[in-house]
Amino acid sequence: QEKVVTGLVTDANDGIGIPGVSVVVKGTTIGTSTDIDGSYTLSVDANATLIYSFVGYRPQEILVGSQSQINVILSIETENLSEVVIVGYGQVRKDDATGSVFTVKSDDFNQGTTSSPQDLIVGKIAGVQIVNDGGAPGSGSTIRIRGGSSMSASNDPLIVIDGMPLDNRGIDGMSNVLSSLNPNDIETFTVLKDASATAIYGSRASNGVILITTKKGKAGQKIQVTYDAKFSIGKIKETLDVLNADDYRTLVTARAVNNSSVNPDLLGAASTDWQDEIYRDATGHEHNVGISGSYKNVPFRVSAGYTDQKGILRTSEMQRTTGTLNVNPSFFDEYLKINIGVKYMQIENQFADKGAIGNALRMDPTQSVFNNTGIYGGYTTWLMSDGSRNVNATRNPVAQLQQKDDNSDVSRVIADFQADYKLHFLPDLKASMKLGYDYSDSDGDVNTDMDASWVRASSTGVKRDYTQEKKNELVDFYLTYDKDLPSLDSKINVMGGYEWQHFWSKSSAFEVDRNNDQIEDSKNETENYLVSFFGRANYTFKNKYILTGTVRQDGSSRFHEDNRWGVFPSAAFAWRMSEESFLKNIDVVSNAKVRLGYGITGQQELGQGDYPYMGTYRLSDSRTRYQFGDQFYTLLRPDGYDEGLQWEKTTTYNAGLDFGFFNNKVNGSIDIYKRKTKDLLNTIPVPAGTNFTDLLLTNVGDLENNGFEFAINAIAIDTKDLFWEVGFNLSYNKNEITRLTNYDDPNYRGVETGGISGVGVGNNIQINAVGHSLNTFYVYEQVYNSLGKPIEGLYVDRNKDGQITTADKYYAEDPAQDYNIGFSSSIKYKDFDFGFNGRVGLGGQIYNNVIVGGRYQEMTVNEYLTNMPTEINKSKFETAQQYSDYFLEDASFFRIDNITLGYNFTKILKPLLGFDINARAFATVQNAIVITDYSGLDPEVNGGIDNDVYPRPRTFLFGLNVKF
Amino acid sequence: CTDDLNTEPLDEDIRTAETVLTDADSYKQLLAKCYAGLILGGQTAVDGEPDISSIDGSFSSYLRLLWNHQELPTDEAICAWNDGNLRDLHDQDWDSSNEFVKAMYYRIALQITYCNNLIKLTDGQSEYKAFSDEARALRALSYYHMLDMFGRGPFVTEEDEIGSFFFPEMATQQQIFDYIESELTTIETELAEPGTNEYGRADKGLAWAILAKMYLNAEVYIGVPKYTEAITYCNKIIGGGYSLEPVYANLFLADNHLRTNEIIFPIISDGNSTQSWGGMTFLLHSTVGGDMPASESGIDGGWGGNRTTESFVNLFPDATGTDKRGMFYTEGQNLEIEDIFNFRDGYALRKFKNVTSTGAVGSNLSFPDTDFPLYRLADFYLTYAEAVVRGGTGGDMATAIGYINELKERAYGDTSGNIIASDLTLDFLLDERARELYWECHRRTDLIRFGKLTDGNYNWPWKGAVADGKNTDVRYNVFPIPSSDINANPNLSNITGY
Repeated sequence: QEKVVTGLVTDANDGIGIPGVSVVVKGTTIGTSTDIDGSYTLSVDANATLIYSFVGYRPQEILVGSQSQINVILSIETENLSEVVIVGYGQVRKDDATGSVFTVKSDDFNQGTTSSPQDLIVGKIAGVQIVNDGGAPGSGSTIRIRGGSSMSASNDPLIVIDGMPLDNRGIDGMSNVLSSLNPNDIETFTVLKDASATAIYGSRASNGVILITTKKGKAGQKIQVTYDAKFSIGKIKETLDVLNADDYRTLVTARAVNNSSVNPDLLGAASTDWQDEIYRDATGHEHNVGISGSYKNVPFRVSAGYTDQKGILRTSEMQRTTGTLNVNPSFFDEYLKINIGVKYMQIENQFADKGAIGNALRMDPTQSVFNNTGIYGGYTTWLMSDGSRNVNATRNPVAQLQQKDDNSDVSRVIADFQADYKLHFLPDLKASMKLGYDYSDSDGDVNTDMDASWVRASSTGVKRDYTQEKKNELVDFYLTYDKDLPSLDSKINVMGGYEWQHFWSKSSAFEVDRNNDQIEDSKNETENYLVSFFGRANYTFKNKYILTGTVRQDGSSRFHEDNRWGVFPSAAFAWRMSEESFLKNIDVVSNAKVRLGYGITGQQELGQGDYPYMGTYRLSDSRTRYQFGDQFYTLLRPDGYDEGLQWEKTTTYNAGLDFGFFNNKVNGSIDIYKRKTKDLLNTIPVPAGTNFTDLLLTNVGDLENNGFEFAINAIAIDTKDLFWEVGFNLSYNKNEITRLTNYDDPNYRGVETGGISGVGVGNNIQINAVGHSLNTFYVYEQVYNSLGKPIEGLYVDRNKDGQITTADKYYAEDPAQDYNIGFSSSIKYKDFDFGFNGRVGLGGQIYNNVIVGGRYQEMTVNEYLTNMPTEINKSKFETAQQYSDYFLEDASFFRIDNITLGYNFTKILKPLLGFDINARAFATVQNAIVITDYSGLDPEVNGGIDNDVYPRPRTFLFGLNVKF
Repeated sequence: CTDDLNTEPLDEDIRTAETVLTDADSYKQLLAKCYAGLILGGQTAVDGEPDISSIDGSFSSYLRLLWNHQELPTDEAICAWNDGNLRDLHDQDWDSSNEFVKAMYYRIALQITYCNNLIKLTDGQSEYKAFSDEARALRALSYYHMLDMFGRGPFVTEEDEIGSFFFPEMATQQQIFDYIESELTTIETELAEPGTNEYGRADKGLAWAILAKMYLNAEVYIGVPKYTEAITYCNKIIGGGYSLEPVYANLFLADNHLRTNEIIFPIISDGNSTQSWGGMTFLLHSTVGGDMPASESGIDGGWGGNRTTESFVNLFPDATGTDKRGMFYTEGQNLEIEDIFNFRDGYALRKFKNVTSTGAVGSNLSFPDTDFPLYRLADFYLTYAEAVVRGGTGGDMATAIGYINELKERAYGDTSGNIIASDLTLDFLLDERARELYWECHRRTDLIRFGKLTDGNYNWPWKGAVADGKNTDVRYNVFPIPSSDINANPNLSNITGY
């Protein structure tokens, strides 16, 4: 019998109703679709089975039976075999993909993140490590895919936004290139890991490629408005333990008895926790509005966002406004597709002087913040006995924050236009053209109060203005031929094209001292070009065997004519075992694909300017001149160069297996790889007297990365009321330098790197040496007494020559984690949702540079007092022992990056408001839990040397998603 | 569009050789770099765009490094700072990875390379002959520093191709000695007469000064005495029109560019146009600390680093200025050094000031106007006397005593300090050189010539890293070639022990 069924179809991810879901009686054409808030009404027979389906979601079938209200939760199709994946210059059916490619869609993004897009995928992808550079608002991150392939050149992946490869070099006045994108506007992140996938990007692909697409409107979609708001408060998790005022007073007084240099008269009467003085609770809020849909058959999406985030270090703040527009109409029966995208961002940063972080540890806790003497702004300042300012002394960290105003204002526009035209007479052939334009304009001011203690009578800049303009232009054109050949049981896809890219930047800086005398007036303009030809062929036979080949030829203006062009080929083979008869009939196995790939990629992001091969001369500025007679002459200096500089090339071998069980409710992949870099771009000491420098970038050495990755995603429970999905990934990577010099020298120890501070200048703690990983720590082995206390200055005489010399240093571990694990879980129960994601790192080492400076000798040098970490009570070091492995610690960690609890209150809200609306509220804790043996604040430090890092706050966030 | 790949630098401050070396001005700028290479750390203020990159720009200043290497290993100076392995210099226990030794070495090599480049570019262009000759003199100066400090090193000239990797041969002491001698004797006739070139530029005086010093130390360098030659060149200098500046202190003040009567070759510093945290900025600031009012030095604050040892103080009759050259600052300072890292331990010296002879403060309180007198006449009065005492011919004792007493009279303001023939011993000369020339980058070389730097003939506080001083190994008479260059160039090796 006919009955009326009503219900609501919601998204498993956010609990918000899905409009436009088709609800059809199985085996018929009878049906309806859901309205704007996801509800539907339909008259059906009780015996009918309803099929709920929506593109991108897994369909569900439900028998009506006695139910009159059927609410359905649809979840995103985790592994839709008919879906396509984005690869460079086009897309391929996921079936036909042969490379190691991983996509994260917006529904799977980490929740509750704020300003930085990269945070959306932290821990989500095996082999992709994202570590932010500290807790400053809008701070950047270091992204490493499979460990990095270079030594001196960049190890950053290429980032491509909507088909537009970005310039990885920074933008002045902005700490994070990616923060020009509002995370709310991002639809997908696709990471290309192995060379067979990346080689189409040739010379920029050695460190992997991240393809980002932004959200777009869909044809025929009703207009929909979303509003997202977040309110946050960040708190410092913990501060470093330094001696408190009383303990310090006791220590200074006691040591003064036997040490003439310790002057207890310098002690003050106050009791100040300097770290408390520089940190604060930081509030933030964020609002985003998006409107998408189809207007007169023209799909579009516009969005606007505003973020205001304060930093926990006083005075630091970021305000960002973003706007996007995507219009993607089709013409001539979809033969011509146009996509126009404009992304606009404006960011205002207020930077705090990070030097205050270190000075808060060193400033004497017996001094008060203010001394009310009226000089130096009233801030307590160390003086010499003649009353003049002590130029060597620790600056008052509060004054450092308050007496300096460091602002920047950056605008950026990324615009792209793409036209895809299927030829009318040959629809299998498609011509695509893309024009891209990325422009940024930075403006910065740094003003220091005239009465700040560190402002000298002259020569200290008190007012600095800087500007930068950057431009990145792109033209590419390619043809794609896509053809099914049923007679041969084959499919072919061939693409070939040309690309031209121009990167240009111009900057200037002007600075004056307190007398208004100019101390800097610099201008800088530079550019480089990349011209490329590329092609790809994909061949699928019997839907089981797939072959892909790509080749790219890149020409870079950064190399000499003779070395300018590089060819980067790749080849891959995939076998869809699950299509074979022996697996096809096993229901449990829904997907099984073996992938084998090989490819060569290059590197030209040298970090040495745009003309490193060219012998150039540099003119000096007005303060750097030399006098002949009574005239001052500008200096003309020849700069070091290597004319023979050429591409660094990385060859990657990859083998992988994709699998899916139980209709892909459980799916994942395994990859194993080897990456060999040769002609390593490496900065090495030149033979003295042979060049205009002591250290030069050149191609010498080989490096190898070996690793494996494992990822699995499973929907553990999928019922009407309860849905539980878990994800886990693990990766292992180890690199080893296999050659470093042009000739064999068994005594060659390596190239020192990894500068440390707090103990004078020019000290390195790491080394790049043959047979060891990049940036291996190079230290002395500390000797301890029976009580476990380090014996000062006593190290193991490793070469047993009876004395301790630098030859006794040994190669310790390296800072990179050997194993990285990411895990996540999300549970939905009725209107509630709960999720968390976290990471584990195992096997990394960290150098605790923060405590290295703590030593008794440093207590009074030059007429002022220096505080030290409480660690001094343990080591009791008199003098600096910076090369001791005492300061090396295990950086392994377990952390929960965020925990989110959400509640969908549509049901409550809708009757109240009386119109269609979907609403969800959530609360998130970011940086929730860290468990580690490391004694410092945070074991995750890029480069492995922990020194005065801006602490990552623990942030509590409350948010709202509304859709109507 | 592949033509786009042929780019030229857009920056107006960065040029290619073809676009920049178009006129006399640009060659003069190239020459200015060869001179500025003696004091500045880089191409932008302050020590930005550094010339050498393995150490901080200000530490890489040639003059700063030279001072550290010539003074810190001796009784004349000790530093309170804990910068890396700086302390090893006074301790006399440096090794081939010491970053300061390394910086000195690369600075010398780079200076030679700058000069080689200019010589090569001006080859055959008669209008730039004078520039080329001066660059050869500066190159000889740096080879002399290589000879004196390292005793060996890579040998490169304008014949070598720059910008491609090759391995220079290692030159021995004899080879470097011969090369300097042949270069300087060749160009000595070409250079301008003393005092006739623009202020700051090399003239015959520089060539003579290097030769006189090299001959004086020839026994150390090549085992062959050359005292007669030393006298020959001292006579050329003394006969070159120079005269002693009547007031000793004036030689070290902000207006010492007026002392060309005595100063043969200065390294120029200027408060507004030649700014570096190295060079004279380092020398003035690092020597002020404790209770010393910085304003009396004409600077805006002391860095509390360098002061002197008791052994040096004892070379003077007292610390109160009977000999006016002993510019000790004793208030709040202890004569004895209990703690190296306490500036107040050890007497301070205020020799160099950023104040003019009329009492005016220099143009900038951070960066002094005071030039560094690398070579001045008094040195060659003493060199003359020593070469005579050591048996050189071409000079005589009476003249030598006359020269010494000229210095003594200036020092005492009267004849009370004068000496007679029997006083003129080698030991006296070594001490007198210290009194006259301290902190002017001569002490290490002098102590070696007298066999007193290393080993046990003369110990001073904290020599060998112990409070009373101790014997040290004779290998510390030279610095090692840094391990980084030993690794980069298979032709190089160090003396046994390094």
